[in-house]
Amino acid sequence: MPELDVLNQKFRNFGILEFPIQSEIANSKVSEFLNRVKLIVFFLFILIIPAVVPAFAQIDFSGEWTPNGNEDSIGNPYVGDWLGIPMNEASRARAEAWAASVQTLPEWQCRPHGFAYIYRGPSQLRISKEVDPVTRQITAFHAEWLRSVDVPIYLDGRPHPSENAPHTWGGFNTAEWVGDTLKIRTTHLKEEYLRRNGVQHSDLIEITTYWIRRGNILTWLNIVYDPVYLTEPLVRSQEYRLNLNQQIPPYPCDVVEEVDRPKGVVPHQLPGTNTFVKEFADKIHVPEAVIRAGAETMYPEIRKKLK
Amino acid sequence: MTKRLKRCWAVRAALLLSLVSGPAGAQQRGQQVQQNAPSVQFEILPIRNNVYMLAGDGGNIALSVGPDGVLMVDTGTLANSERLLAAIQQLQRQLATNGLQAWNFAAETRSNLSRMISPPAPSKPIRYIINTSLDPDHSGGNEKLSQAGATITGGNVAGNIADAAQGASIIAHENVLLRMTTAQAPFRSLPTDTYHMESMKLSHFFNGEGILILHQPSAHTDGDSLVFFRGSDVIAAGDIFRTDSYPVIDVERGGNMQGVIDGLNRILDLSIAEFRTEGGTMVIPGHGRLCDSADVAYYRDMVTIIRDRIQDMIKKGMTLQQIKAARPTKDYDPRYGKTTGPWTTDMFVEAVYQSLIQKK
Repeated sequence: MPELDVLNQKFRNFGILEFPIQSEIANSKVSEFLNRVKLIVFFLFILIIPAVVPAFAQIDFSGEWTPNGNEDSIGNPYVGDWLGIPMNEASRARAEAWAASVQTLPEWQCRPHGFAYIYRGPSQLRISKEVDPVTRQITAFHAEWLRSVDVPIYLDGRPHPSENAPHTWGGFNTAEWVGDTLKIRTTHLKEEYLRRNGVQHSDLIEITTYWIRRGNILTWLNIVYDPVYLTEPLVRSQEYRLNLNQQIPPYPCDVVEEVDRPKGVVPHQLPGTNTFVKEFADKIHVPEAVIRAGAETMYPEIRKKLK
Repeated sequence: MTKRLKRCWAVRAALLLSLVSGPAGAQQRGQQVQQNAPSVQFEILPIRNNVYMLAGDGGNIALSVGPDGVLMVDTGTLANSERLLAAIQQLQRQLATNGLQAWNFAAETRSNLSRMISPPAPSKPIRYIINTSLDPDHSGGNEKLSQAGATITGGNVAGNIADAAQGASIIAHENVLLRMTTAQAPFRSLPTDTYHMESMKLSHFFNGEGILILHQPSAHTDGDSLVFFRGSDVIAAGDIFRTDSYPVIDVERGGNMQGVIDGLNRILDLSIAEFRTEGGTMVIPGHGRLCDSADVAYYRDMVTIIRDRIQDMIKKGMTLQQIKAARPTKDYDPRYGKTTGPWTTDMFVEAVYQSLIQKK
């Protein structure tokens, strides 16, 4: 069946218009003129479509998304892997003092991954939406991962809470449309890790996130501003793909006595006792000074120091 | 329960209205109750049930506001006491104005019409003040706020009911009274009821819940109290916990680093998170934002780690000057450190050092 005939059949089904069927093309000028009119009407129709879309575009991000692994997703990082993060001196000192067994303290066993980290973790993502029943506009998205908490993102124009309000693992999030991109502002986050090896961010951070959807691919662009531990904004991204078969399982957590230790002990490494940073540098054959170079490690010029 | 919930939302709505009418900057900062002097603002954060946190100049204040009247944990500074009182009264008026009126069946009682047209009854007075320490930014308003209130008859006023009009009870650990007396604080600002054991309970529910006062020995000072609102699950921590600086350890007044750490661990022992180490028991710090147990745990980790470092340096024979030069707090300084003002990083390190030397 000729291609145009197939298309005509589809358009007939929608009751819109018809292309001239090849076998019926008339030679008369009147017939040709009418066919051209039909084509013009069709293209005008195509042009009109964007005009009838609401002025503030609303792309639907809701669905089940699975993270695409890439070379930049390092999973479980080595202690001392500080590359690519604009850490200041205080941040390095903090990371150097970190001991993984701090996670065994009762207060931290059920700690979820925070918003500044979890989007790059290996966890599946569910985005759901709230819709105003009258206007049918999207008023909020909710992002939720395995081993994490619900992150509401409000699009209804509400302000951020007072500086005296509590902070949460998901932070307080508001968003606005920039074309088809969703721009999210996050405040009121608890202190948490940027990388799961002791690289912390403070509770004073702000995050700007962009959601960009292209078909079944979601790009998550994250810009972290931390006046306490970062010398410049940290920009990272993550790709997700739509996964219609995905289910995020429940993740219950009970606090237990994981380590028999005296009350009040907080595991950490005293200054000068951390050997892991050097071990990591040796492992990847990079000078330790490069490991400690902070923001420089985000840029290609760092290669000069590798020689 | 429903009644309380509705009341809570009514207060939020009323506070929001006051916010909307304020300047743009105030809107960003949240619910503001602006008083006569525009330079000082108090922010009231509803926490749970009848309990509120009031933040402004000076230390944070916990309020229980309800049918029994007002219970305050700390009274802020002397300079702000008038405005503080006005803020409390405004909150009470909003609660009364917006409170849900329970309807009765006419056949069982009387017509509801008179209640409908009646203005709200006068607010109940401030009944209790509890001082978490003797600091002037926590007890400075004692006299003014106490005089504006009236104690519930009993205790020190038994046998002479006229004394009940002499003001709200001021409760504190006895070391607060001793030190305030030594400092010749005004008589009317002194605690009227003290305790010397490890804890004290209000002998009856107040605004629907039990209130437990826990002494934390030798922490910020030697007279610190934690106040636990058991029904609302809120702890007023005083200056044992604050989010705006390193803990202030007043060594001269009996403070000690280990006491601060013990106090933080005690708060954690009392706390239960709602979900995933978030929410649940809420903690009002002496200064700074409203917190939960995770925030306390981070703070506890920090002061414990710094204590361990300085302890290790002392073991190695380092002097105080050498310890300061080694910067044992450098990873936390951008968040909590200060080089000027009443409590600098140097002063904190020195207080930790003195605490540990005393221990030896």
